[in-house]
Amino acid sequence: MNAEYALTAEPARPSTLARPYVRSREPIAVAQTIPKVVIRDVHFFYKKFEALKGINLVLDDKRVTAFIGPSGCGKSTLLRILNRIYELYPGQRATGEVLVDGQNILDPAQDLNLLRAKIGMVFQKPTPFPMSIYDNVAFGIRLYTQPSPSELDERVEEALRRAALWDEVKDKLRQSGLSLSGGQQQRLCIARAIAVKPEILLLDEPASALDPISTQRIEELIAELKSDYCIALVTHNMQQAARSSDYTAFMYLGELVEFSETETIFTHPKERRTEDYITGRFG
Amino acid sequence: MTLYGRRRANNALYLALSWMATGIGLAILFLILWTLVRNGIPALRFGLFVENTPPPGSRGGLGNAIYGSVVMTAIATLVGTPVGVLTGTYLAEFGGASRVASAVRFINDVLLSAPSIIIGLFVYGLLVVPLHHFSAWAGSVALAIIVVPVVVRTTEDMLRLVPATLREAAVALGAPQWKVIVLVTYRAALQGMLTGVMLAVARIAGETAPLLFTSLNNQFWSVNMNAPMANLPVVIFQFALSPYADWQELAWGGAMLITLTILLLNILARALASWSNHTS
Repeated sequence: MNAEYALTAEPARPSTLARPYVRSREPIAVAQTIPKVVIRDVHFFYKKFEALKGINLVLDDKRVTAFIGPSGCGKSTLLRILNRIYELYPGQRATGEVLVDGQNILDPAQDLNLLRAKIGMVFQKPTPFPMSIYDNVAFGIRLYTQPSPSELDERVEEALRRAALWDEVKDKLRQSGLSLSGGQQQRLCIARAIAVKPEILLLDEPASALDPISTQRIEELIAELKSDYCIALVTHNMQQAARSSDYTAFMYLGELVEFSETETIFTHPKERRTEDYITGRFG
Repeated sequence: MTLYGRRRANNALYLALSWMATGIGLAILFLILWTLVRNGIPALRFGLFVENTPPPGSRGGLGNAIYGSVVMTAIATLVGTPVGVLTGTYLAEFGGASRVASAVRFINDVLLSAPSIIIGLFVYGLLVVPLHHFSAWAGSVALAIIVVPVVVRTTEDMLRLVPATLREAAVALGAPQWKVIVLVTYRAALQGMLTGVMLAVARIAGETAPLLFTSLNNQFWSVNMNAPMANLPVVIFQFALSPYADWQELAWGGAMLITLTILLLNILARALASWSNHTS
């Protein structure tokens, strides 16, 4: 089944690689990676404005794919297509195919709530719900399962531990999630997202509103979590992309300019625009 | 005069005018409050709360009117709040900029500023004429109609203040829209919505015109919702205009009570609002 993806994921335009091909020469990727999300010829429109102009891309499971590019290049837009959250707003529309485990999630018949339960998302600004820390994490779990109180306790603890927040909040689980610091709130949101055991994590500039120490903790967390998830990370911070990701996609004006292994992108970019951007000549 | 000097003179002039305008406004307000307190405080005695409205010349209180006001205000709030909250929810969460929502919003704004006497007349035609008698139910309905637009407006405004990212975060977890609204958005906007309800209560507590046409008045203790019921605003209206000194004193007492209640509700609303600012 996986080999099939690899075949069908042939890039529409070889110049903007839809898949990192250099893997065979690179020792970094030890095991064969598994494509989790296949994005094929995706266009996106805000009313008449075309924000994405035919994106082809594959996200591998248990890998971090970073999206970089100047503001308005469409990287967040692309992320918001993957769980179809753009549909909250009238006038926004996507065409093309996004295959998650071979199933086209842009199909109108796709159940959105089930899709979103499978794909976690963390936003730029921390978004704790106005309820206790415990209830924040339990919120998603309670949506689709009815665990016993002890099971729920376990799952909440597990999620908070994985988000590296447990030690800081274990004695104040009943306090409001809003009482935490910004960095803690963001880790709470990550805990909330992973508590429902999603398969894909979408991180939309998760550290851009945080101080350096909190940022570092989030990055450590990303490295930790990638063993279990397919992670898509949008970031404005190129060092962060270089540090945290396995693959990097550079986007510009709604197009995928270059997509390759992170090291390649940052050391030998093929495209002039990529090089200009990562060396700070524009952006 | 130099340009700078002219500007300074202008500044001084407009500042003086602003101070004067503020002073006039405040002076009138304090004059009203002072008159009320001076005449109202002596009227506040225990009997005011337990005795019924008396015939001229005998002792009495406002017990039946206080009861009527509390009951009708409570029923109006209980009926008007759900309608208002649901309409406000529709406007903020579902209607958006659609044509229906715009129409509802416009009509609601008109209703919000509609003279209350017209609402009284409307309910008079709707309930009192067909049923051939004034009743406490009719009074409650008239007050509820005043509650609705206030609550609609505050609910919509408060829900709109909830950041879109909070909704997105809940939606991104796979929560269906109704759960997002009930479990997350309402919670985030709760204090503001409560403040709106409180303001609506304060508003109807002093409404006279709609009750004149609906609940009218009752000299006796009555708990029958199908009969006319005494209430503070109408009693004040009637007693204050009467030539009897003891009635006038009761009217002052009633006015004092309503003012204190509204003051209390406003303070409560403000406290709730600032509390919500602290927690979110």
